[in-house]
Amino acid sequence: MWNQIHSNRRKSILLTLIMGGVLVGTGYAGGELTGTGLGAFGAALALVVWLVLALVSYYSGDKILLSSSGAKRVTHDDFPALHNVTEEMAIASGFPRIPDVYVINDPSPNAFATGRSPKSASVAVTSGLLTRLNRDELQGVIAHEISHIVNRDVLFMMMLGIMLGAIVMISDVFVRARFYGGGGRRSSSRGGGQAELLFLVIALVLIILAPLIARLIYFAVSRRREYLADACGAQFTRYPEGLASALEKISAKPQQLKAANRVTAPMYIVNPFAKIGRAAVGLFSTHPPTEQRVKLLRSMGGGASLAAYQRAWQETMGFGRPLFTEKDLRSRLMTPKPAAAPAAPALAPVKQAEPLMKRGDVGNFFWKKEGYGIVDCDCGVSFKIPPNFRSNAIFCTRCGKKHDLNK
Amino acid sequence: MTLIIVLAAVVLFILIFAGIYNGLVRVRNQVRNAWAQIDVQLKRRHDLIPNLVETVKGYAKHERDTLDSVTQARAAAQKAAGAGVEAQAQAERKLSSSLMNLFAVAENYPDLKANQNFLSLQEELASTENKIGFARQFYNDAVMNYNVKIQSVPTNVVASMFGFREEKMFEIEDAREKEVPKVSFS
Repeated sequence: MWNQIHSNRRKSILLTLIMGGVLVGTGYAGGELTGTGLGAFGAALALVVWLVLALVSYYSGDKILLSSSGAKRVTHDDFPALHNVTEEMAIASGFPRIPDVYVINDPSPNAFATGRSPKSASVAVTSGLLTRLNRDELQGVIAHEISHIVNRDVLFMMMLGIMLGAIVMISDVFVRARFYGGGGRRSSSRGGGQAELLFLVIALVLIILAPLIARLIYFAVSRRREYLADACGAQFTRYPEGLASALEKISAKPQQLKAANRVTAPMYIVNPFAKIGRAAVGLFSTHPPTEQRVKLLRSMGGGASLAAYQRAWQETMGFGRPLFTEKDLRSRLMTPKPAAAPAAPALAPVKQAEPLMKRGDVGNFFWKKEGYGIVDCDCGVSFKIPPNFRSNAIFCTRCGKKHDLNK
Repeated sequence: MTLIIVLAAVVLFILIFAGIYNGLVRVRNQVRNAWAQIDVQLKRRHDLIPNLVETVKGYAKHERDTLDSVTQARAAAQKAAGAGVEAQAQAERKLSSSLMNLFAVAENYPDLKANQNFLSLQEELASTENKIGFARQFYNDAVMNYNVKIQSVPTNVVASMFGFREEKMFEIEDAREKEVPKVSFS
């Protein structure tokens, strides 16, 4: 039922066109720099490069992202609580199917969503997230990720990212060819006039600036979409505090995520490259400062609607450019929630305040995936048995108890 | 010339009309799908309960009354399925509160609380409760969306022509229900 944010759709088209323009322009300028009349060829080349990359990422971008981050698919039996929370959020957002759930074995707490539409969505969380957040907080994070899919951010950011990649690549190739290749046109031999020289300079400037411009557009879009996903996530859970507190916990101890890279960074819930003490909104950061996001979520005044987020946004940011249009607010009406608590306070989940999982339990899952057997001794020691272990029994190193290995 | 203009106007009118009609059907289907999702989760809860009752019985034989009231509430809720939104909502509310009693009673049995089977049933039931809550939330939003649509111009004309009627929301809770003490398992 929830369509993507209306004002987004218009902006997406506009930005894609601008990016496309920069892409074609880069190709054209590159071509002209290489030789007279090669401009059209350069532009065509740029489009072909982009098209190939776009097709690959459209059809298998999610699989590439998941496998390159080392994510392992988990079922309901592996991590019941994580799976249940994902199901809950899929229901809250009216997904046609429950997204596939993946876990990445990394102590840095983070999460991302992938998939071009709700029909083919996946959600991945790191083991560090599971061992640090409680249920309400995890729910907030998953709701944020699911909002990215509902708003088609994953698809759009991927397409934009691909364009950015193509621009960087083409600019790089032509600049190198020009400066180091030694080939290309010798403008002196043809004695071109001043106009010719001016044209060359403009082309050169354009080709050097293009990646920069493209990056600025890309990061600005990425930051804005993070706010939108926060707002939609709050609406799905009806409990902005969950996400706010999760963001606080996640950013308290930023650690670089091994599996992330520059291209995939906007997919994550917080910037995987964040450094401590960098509060300023950098023009080159993919995410808004976490303190800002937390503050917004906490200024919603007990509400959870997009309108409440919009009010908080206008009060906090102090400038008029609204996040949502009137049409968005109308199309995302929600029934009010009587109690200021998560959807079903009746059966409070076990030990709310504690993290969802213990580090050992998450770790054991990955050992098992590698083929290891886990033996827990009564004295509290846990053994990991390698898959090619020869003996039929082991003795506990602490209490000496014998454990038979059923092979 | 006039003929063309008249024809174009008629075609345009039919297109708009069809668009509105299709939009209404889509929104109504959303309401129906949302309702079906609530049903799925309610049924799942009914399916989980016998298992829970069996597990608790093994540890807390003296809590016959509590266990019986859960079993009865479940039977009543199953019977109420299909008896209309109002009746069903009421029966399910009763079931929720009897379940809450059961989990409160379980607090007194440390062995039961340590039982792996009980813990996973508790997780499943708590999550099913959440899912019912979220399905209900989505259903209510869908109903509101639909009702707003069939009340507003110009959709209301098409809606009344083809008998699109307003749907009822799944009543959230009455005032007394809201004050139910929160059970904590810590």
